[in-house]
Amino acid sequence: MSDFLHTLAFGIYPYIALTVFLLGSLVRFEREQYSWRSGSSQLLRARQLRVGSNLFHIGILFLLFGHTVGLLTPHEIYSLVITAEQKQMLAIVSGGIAGVVCFVGLTMLLHRRLYDPRIRKTSSAMDIAVLVLLWLQLVLGLATIPFSLAHRDGQVMMQLSHWAQHILTFRADAASFLDDVGWVFKAHLLLGMTLFVVFPFSRLVHIWSAPVGYVFRPYQLVRRRGGARTAA
Amino acid sequence: MKVRAQIAMVLNLDKCIGCHTCSITCKQVWTTREGVEYAWFNNVETKPGIGYPKDWENQDRWKGGWRRKRNGRIEPRIGGRLRVLAKIFANPDMPEIDDYYEPFTFDYGNLHNAPESKAMPTARPVSLITGERMEKIEWGPNWEEILGTEFRKRSRDRNFEAVQKEIYGQFEHTFMMYLPRLCEHCLNPACVAACPSGSIYKREEDGIVLIDQDKCRGWRMCVSACPYKKIYYNWQSGKAEKCTFCFPRIEAGEPTVCSETCVGRIRYLGVMLYDADRIEQAASVENEQHLYRAQLDIFLDPSDPAVIAQARADGVPELWLEAARRSPVYKMAIEWGVAFPLHPEYRTLPMVWYVPPLSPIQGAHQAGHIGWDEESGLPDVKSLRIPVRYLANLLTAGAEAPVVLALQRMMAMRIHMRARTVEGRVETEVLKKVGLSLEQVEEMYKVMAIADYEDRFVIPSTHREYAENAFDLKAACGFTFGNGCSTSGSAGANLFSTKRTSAGLQAPRVEIRRVPANGARPAAPSPAAAPAAAAPPPRQPEKV
Repeated sequence: MSDFLHTLAFGIYPYIALTVFLLGSLVRFEREQYSWRSGSSQLLRARQLRVGSNLFHIGILFLLFGHTVGLLTPHEIYSLVITAEQKQMLAIVSGGIAGVVCFVGLTMLLHRRLYDPRIRKTSSAMDIAVLVLLWLQLVLGLATIPFSLAHRDGQVMMQLSHWAQHILTFRADAASFLDDVGWVFKAHLLLGMTLFVVFPFSRLVHIWSAPVGYVFRPYQLVRRRGGARTAA
Repeated sequence: MKVRAQIAMVLNLDKCIGCHTCSITCKQVWTTREGVEYAWFNNVETKPGIGYPKDWENQDRWKGGWRRKRNGRIEPRIGGRLRVLAKIFANPDMPEIDDYYEPFTFDYGNLHNAPESKAMPTARPVSLITGERMEKIEWGPNWEEILGTEFRKRSRDRNFEAVQKEIYGQFEHTFMMYLPRLCEHCLNPACVAACPSGSIYKREEDGIVLIDQDKCRGWRMCVSACPYKKIYYNWQSGKAEKCTFCFPRIEAGEPTVCSETCVGRIRYLGVMLYDADRIEQAASVENEQHLYRAQLDIFLDPSDPAVIAQARADGVPELWLEAARRSPVYKMAIEWGVAFPLHPEYRTLPMVWYVPPLSPIQGAHQAGHIGWDEESGLPDVKSLRIPVRYLANLLTAGAEAPVVLALQRMMAMRIHMRARTVEGRVETEVLKKVGLSLEQVEEMYKVMAIADYEDRFVIPSTHREYAENAFDLKAACGFTFGNGCSTSGSAGANLFSTKRTSAGLQAPRVEIRRVPANGARPAAPSPAAAPAAAAPPPRQPEKV
């Protein structure tokens, strides 16, 4: 990969992706909230969804959490508790398990979406595209495991997290950390950023709406005309 | 005490002829859109039967309503807050579309286009979901109409509990009744409690329970939580929809479409005042058979000066207090005690009540089939064709006494009116036995038998001016999906993929042309922009 393309992909594209992700979500929430939903197809076919959706969501939530914490925790902080080698092994084992769980679930969901006539006929192109992208991304993620096992010193992991941290702290040299990481990692990163780009245009927006507030809310809601909401 | 008002409904099942006019007019107004073809905000079931969706009264299966915990508090039967969230990825208690029915149309085009053949061309059923031919229609919205299907299937009706149901499968003993059903607009709605995104709410002014279509995220918990299965998941928009009690009509002082068009004149609409502070207490009563009484107890007497004073303090408009005093619902539910809530044991405190049907009695009585109850001096209602226990299971969680009294009162009204109009004498003895005064029974007759329009519908119009600047609403677009007057939310080509692809088998919709404010001619409509414009959704457009 030429230097120019390398910088474009890992120095500039992340900012494009993040901008589309944040602004796109905001615009959709503001202008098209009626389209903001999880897009469940359970009504039409519960089969395969009960197991598939649970496995997928549990797996991917763990992976999301693991990636966020793993990539963005500065070395200085976690090294107080754990060495880079140990952290890498922890990531491989826990991420590997969650990845397999997620893979089984996602494969079931993808199969259901493509081969169940009711689901297929009522799917938009984006519904299918999102599942395919996620599936590819998951396969790439799982494919990094053998590469990581080949070098257990944690150096690649350090490079990746330096890259992510430098991107988020707006430092121009971020892309240089990825000069010599393997192609699988690069492909995984590129597709991951693409998912951020796709995010606001797909049903993935429901992630923003994870109903955490429900736990703290009174059961009954009463609204007065004009929008004021009070608990009954 | 916190006084709130609600427009409640009573259905006099004694007069329902099962014509489905309510269902059809409701559907025409609200659910002819793609995604809710299978949804009937109002439907009429023939009882006994398992109903629509199948087996909806079986809460062991669907987990609707509330459950009283050992500590005396109540929680949704589907589980507490964390339980609800744990089920969010795949809801195990949600009906599939086949539990309602797979919506279908017929291939009418074949009747016109079929090539010459020896056999008559037929219009075969086609699924409205997949667009594929259906070999056989297995179930429909009213499959059990007039005792359709064999008794073995119908007898799974939950209201047969504690009834020797076998004999009612015999031809000579069979019975049936109609049960029109709609959203109950409960005082203690389980759907509201179960909504993770907080999009369902009860309106303080008139008690109507609505789903904020913008805030709904399609988590589907309301579908399970509603024990009446009156929330429907729109598979096209991915949002839940329900009966809106025709709130735009109610606000204007008009009856709901189902009530307006009821040819049997069985529906009544009126204001009920209730004490909002005692809702939870009433819903948490230990004995299920006491729930009916507990709900009666939180209704407030609209003529009581203390109630009126408190209602004024709580902001209930004067027009509403006046309407509450003339409310036919109050008369039937409280003064005469002839109307009952549907399945109070679900603990939702429903607000659509039912007058139980007197089974065909005149002929049977004359033929000597009906016993005469010596004690009350009335025909023995327990020997009516419909078992009292069945009605009690439906309306009072199995308590027979209130249902018996209601039936006796209705019968006393008939005896009294017959004596007066046919025999020309005043029959007060029978009235005394059922605890009705002469004035009461005369009014009962006027409201329930004559049922004039103004006696059935006492609906005060909403005071919009309290909360909104009416001038700002001038030339507003009214009820639309999503993005107000902008059509981008429903257009085919859309940045945010609002519209899913469809089998495209719906009847062509009429494009509603909007005339721009400057009077210019409207642009030609785009063919894809039509669906949402054709039918108003249950949405709250108002904002501060």
